[in-house]
Amino acid sequence: MALLLNEDEKMLQESAQGFFTEKAPVKQLRELRDTQDETGYSKPLWAEMAEMGFASVLVPEEYGGVDMGFMAAGLISEEMGRNLTASPFLSTAVLAAQALKSHANDEQKNTYFPQICSGETTFAVAVDETNKHNPSGISLMAAASGNGFKLHGKKTMVVDGHTADQLLVVAKTENGTTVFIVPKDAKGLEIERTIMADSRNAARITFDNVEVTGEQVLGLVGEGDDILDSVLNAGRAILAAEMLGASSQVAENTNSYLRERKQFGRIIGEFQALQHRASHLYCELELARSAVYAALTALDKSGDDVGNVVGMAKAKLGSVAKLAALEAVQLHGGMGMTDELDVGLYLKRIRVTQELLGDSDYHLENSAKGKGY
Amino acid sequence: MEEFRKETRAWLEENCPPKMREPLRNEKDACWGGRNWVFQSEDQKIWLERMAAKGWTAPSWPKEYGGGGLTRAEAKVLQQEMNAIGARSPLHSFGIWMLGPALLKFGSEEQRLRYLPEICRGEIRWCQGYSEPNAGSDLASLATKAEDKGDHFLVNGQKVWTSYADQADWIFCLVRTDNTGKKHHGISFVLFDMESDGVSTKPILLISGRSPFCETFFEDVKVPKENLVGELDKGWSIAKYLLTHEREMIGDYGEVKPLSQIIAENCYTPNPILRAKIAEFEVDAWAFAQTMSRMVMEAKAGASLGAKSSMLKYYGTELNKRRYELMMDLAGHDGLEWESERSNDGQLARSWLRTKGNSIEGGTSEIQLNIISKHILQLPGA
Repeated sequence: MALLLNEDEKMLQESAQGFFTEKAPVKQLRELRDTQDETGYSKPLWAEMAEMGFASVLVPEEYGGVDMGFMAAGLISEEMGRNLTASPFLSTAVLAAQALKSHANDEQKNTYFPQICSGETTFAVAVDETNKHNPSGISLMAAASGNGFKLHGKKTMVVDGHTADQLLVVAKTENGTTVFIVPKDAKGLEIERTIMADSRNAARITFDNVEVTGEQVLGLVGEGDDILDSVLNAGRAILAAEMLGASSQVAENTNSYLRERKQFGRIIGEFQALQHRASHLYCELELARSAVYAALTALDKSGDDVGNVVGMAKAKLGSVAKLAALEAVQLHGGMGMTDELDVGLYLKRIRVTQELLGDSDYHLENSAKGKGY
Repeated sequence: MEEFRKETRAWLEENCPPKMREPLRNEKDACWGGRNWVFQSEDQKIWLERMAAKGWTAPSWPKEYGGGGLTRAEAKVLQQEMNAIGARSPLHSFGIWMLGPALLKFGSEEQRLRYLPEICRGEIRWCQGYSEPNAGSDLASLATKAEDKGDHFLVNGQKVWTSYADQADWIFCLVRTDNTGKKHHGISFVLFDMESDGVSTKPILLISGRSPFCETFFEDVKVPKENLVGELDKGWSIAKYLLTHEREMIGDYGEVKPLSQIIAENCYTPNPILRAKIAEFEVDAWAFAQTMSRMVMEAKAGASLGAKSSMLKYYGTELNKRRYELMMDLAGHDGLEWESERSNDGQLARSWLRTKGNSIEGGTSEIQLNIISKHILQLPGA
């Protein structure tokens, strides 16, 4: 198992580090929030990410992508996590790209991959319907109608769904589940932007007998569960990498604060009660890093155990990132409660990533079941 | 490497007695060697002799010191092939695990040639004299005195928590040779025979009902000058080196049976709350195992682990304590039996109690967190 970065990966990490610190630092998220930006992310930034090859990191070379694999995608995601960068990377470059790569037909690949690579088209994947992630409980119906289908039902927490040009919609069909590619302007579609606690965006989407043709089926009818498996594993690992970045950064901010802040005439980092909390967190973050690397490597090697490994990584990051965020607020004292510091922004983003594509409880439950108890 | 694997497999197949491929049933099944060792069986003796003849009790040590002279990769293959047939370790030895690495790094050529081969052959059993009644976590304040008497040191004082001192032949010991400067200065690392006049031991009965540790007393013990390892007064660097080494080892419990397997084998049905704790534990254990592998890779790539060994020690031992708490929870009434054949003389309960020491020995969890704060997080000292 490759738990160390090779030279190429180190170079990519450095370039991503430089890129996001310069082009999309936390300040950018504040601006997007404070100006109530319509898109919720910087379009020029996404165009530059496309130029850098970040948007096409999972797209095969024959379709114009850089096809660097999951470890690379994870390193990019980690740097975005450090900077709280808002972008359609997860929804378009990871979830949609993976869905297309694993199951789309040639025509769909020829149509959509170049659009992803250039950054001109963004996607959103519509899976969840209730307050908790539950991909095995899809109830949005796709009823056969003529040569096509009619989609009826609701989706919620569709990340970047308010700006996406195309939606990948998971629906229940007669035999199992099926994924449909639905353009944002389809008739009967109602998209409501939901601004979330982390100042990022999602959408609640209502489908009122939206008509789709057979050509809009991604892959084959009834293949939805396989597509979901592949898409969700990719998304969870990339989210875990983002959580690693966010939690590492907020822990570093906290340690800096412990080295500067004075009370009782001493630097507060001298107090053992605080030192031990910071050191325990450091250990947890090392475990978190190993878990993320193991998950990304498993995806790149696509072994049998991918789902289990990725699930364990998402479970671990759920609890470690949460710990990092909570310790950050507490150890910053009153300052941690202010909007002036970035700590709160990390707490909020981490809370959202904890929930996305299954929280720790969800993945622990799966892991226990998978091991037969 | 495939050729080496093939040869190794064939050699093990031919030379490892079938009985030595069975899991250890109790402590006596682990062979510790030494002058007074009574082999549990002829197989145990043969297995040690054959492995020692190959130099495979210390596979990666140089051949001239009784080791196998294997490269890291070859040593790994050997371990894999032994695991594959369930071969027992031929020799448990503080000489191999602890003193050897220190002598290889700090010892003189003469000392290496004298002590290492007999360690590899399992002829001399060593113990470690570090902690004292008033020098536990604050190890550097140790006071066992070694006075310069010309051709020898005269050692007086007391050690505590000396593992298996009552069964050991020799001791590697930290003594104070100068108390005029800072406490880290003036500590020396010496070796001597436990049969020397003035050495006595007294086992300490633990909560597990067993006595793996002793108090060790020194009264006018004569230690020849040539038994000093490294420089006089500079033994602290050897002690630290060994502690780091020990910490990496304590944190690593090797391949242990997953709790899920224990549940399946015993048909346990944990209630939902226990089940949730187990699921959480298993994810942590997995992430820790990944971290161990990552650290091994980093070390191989040439990066020194340094204070990260404190992370492994801290997390590994806390994890092991959690594991045994969960095993006790799972076993319920069965786990409480203390003296019965069915429970293998309270194996689980006694092991559970033994694990409580994991986060104390080799530097407490709190000391490890101090080290991380200081050396990794660069937090200021109090």
